[in-house]
Amino acid sequence: MLRFDNVGLRYGPDEETLRDLNFSIAPKTFQFLTGPSGAGKTSLLKLLMLSMKPSRGKIEAFGEDSSKLGKDAITRIRRRIGVVFQDFRLLDHLTLYENVALPLRVTGKDEASYRAEVFELLRWVGLFERKYALPAVLSGGEKQRAAIARAVIGRPELLLADEPTGNVDPPLARRLLRLFVELHKSGAAVVIATHDLDLMDQYDAARRLVLADGRLHVYD
Amino acid sequence: MTRRDGWSSPTVGCMSTTEPAPAPTKAGPDETPPPAKPLAPTDSIAGRSLVIVIAIMTFLAALAAGAALLVADASAEWRKDAAGEMSVQVKVMDGRDVEADVARVTKIVAAAPGVHDIRVYTKAESEALLAPWLGQGLDLAELPTPRMIVLRVDPRHPPNLVELRQDLASGAPSAVLDDHRLWLERLSQMAGAVVALAGMIFILILAAMTATVASATRAAVATNREIIEVLHLVGAADEFISREYRKRFWVLGLRGASIGGGGAAAFFVAARFVARSFVATPGGDQIEALFGTVSLDARGFAVIFLLSAAVAFATGVLSRHIVLRRLREIH
Repeated sequence: MLRFDNVGLRYGPDEETLRDLNFSIAPKTFQFLTGPSGAGKTSLLKLLMLSMKPSRGKIEAFGEDSSKLGKDAITRIRRRIGVVFQDFRLLDHLTLYENVALPLRVTGKDEASYRAEVFELLRWVGLFERKYALPAVLSGGEKQRAAIARAVIGRPELLLADEPTGNVDPPLARRLLRLFVELHKSGAAVVIATHDLDLMDQYDAARRLVLADGRLHVYD
Repeated sequence: MTRRDGWSSPTVGCMSTTEPAPAPTKAGPDETPPPAKPLAPTDSIAGRSLVIVIAIMTFLAALAAGAALLVADASAEWRKDAAGEMSVQVKVMDGRDVEADVARVTKIVAAAPGVHDIRVYTKAESEALLAPWLGQGLDLAELPTPRMIVLRVDPRHPPNLVELRQDLASGAPSAVLDDHRLWLERLSQMAGAVVALAGMIFILILAAMTATVASATRAAVATNREIIEVLHLVGAADEFISREYRKRFWVLGLRGASIGGGGAAAFFVAARFVARSFVATPGGDQIEALFGTVSLDARGFAVIFLLSAAVAFATGVLSRHIVLRRLREIH
């Protein structure tokens, strides 16, 4: 699905933030990406979602060399990847329904064609009754679930989540983890960036990718 | 990947949280959501500021365009008037009967092709023409005041001046024909300069408007930076995002341009009524002499309409260009 060959990332002339990354994300796998604050977890997620280009090395995405992909090809690949941002990044002027439906709307689909599916997903994450509320009036947990719903509405093959439990209490964090596990069981590869050790301990089957000193250590 | 049939996984039914439990679902999947809001929000402070900027600049540009047209029309009118008129001065000469010379000149010019109308100024009227220079109340009876004969001619088919001069020289040697050529040339130069100045002011305002609208559009798009990034990351193609913004900013541009252009059109309509109320007053006559009737014709209103449409169109195109540039930065 995604393969990194000798990838390095440098911001400006400074030392590389990430270096010698050699790993792959296989389909239908579940992995935690962890490491101390500032280790480069978010930077690695940006490389995974192809929103940044590496300073060196090669990233192969869905069988294609990302450096040789045009804008349209990258857009097509991005539609196969769902992302849950640490700060949710919901659009404040759109309702919850519109936010969740966004990945389908931007493909130009007719609203009626995906309405039932969005309603169903909103029920699934327990937000159906608040579907026309604006993000400004939602709690942190509701925003988090809305962000997850938006990430999965397009049925992505790869789901990336950046600190998805960073803004919620432990009980809700456990429930959100169960949601990710269910998504994984339904066929998606999942990468969760977190520094929450308790969360990782709750799902031992997951592979662990540990970032330290700019290098990645993989524990299968 | 295994495709899900739906989202109703029973194992995830435990998505209830510590937050208040949702009320039982009342609406079914057949419920129609409210109309979708535009992805590019423009009803922001920056959006409203853009409308105001566009309205003001369109108003000024339309005023400048209308004023340039009025001046151009007025100058064309001056030239036409001057070109359609000639005069013959019959001087007082020793040994000649002025009245007889006037009668002979009148006969000669009446016979010339291209002369439409002849007005012979009486002695008193000719003396009255000197009043602005010599003052009122003077007895000019002793002065050899020349007599004036004004000819209205067809500017397209004027009389043959060489022949007319020869006829006058042989019939009335004291008569001098003035075709206003010198005056016409000077007037033409002045009118050209005035029109060029009005055109230059219009171009300057157009340039200022372009720069101001571009700056305001850039500022309005900048407030949407986060939205553009999110749309990009959820899989929207660049063309889709730029089209959304172009549509919304085109509407903003249209709103501002309609206010500005409509305001300018209303101004010229009001100016026409105000000018009418000053007709036959000294001030009104002066204004009319300089600027014509202060009445914009259909062509002038068409220019204002086209200008407003161009501003709205340009705002849309500009926003698209700015959004695409931002997307190139994200890539």
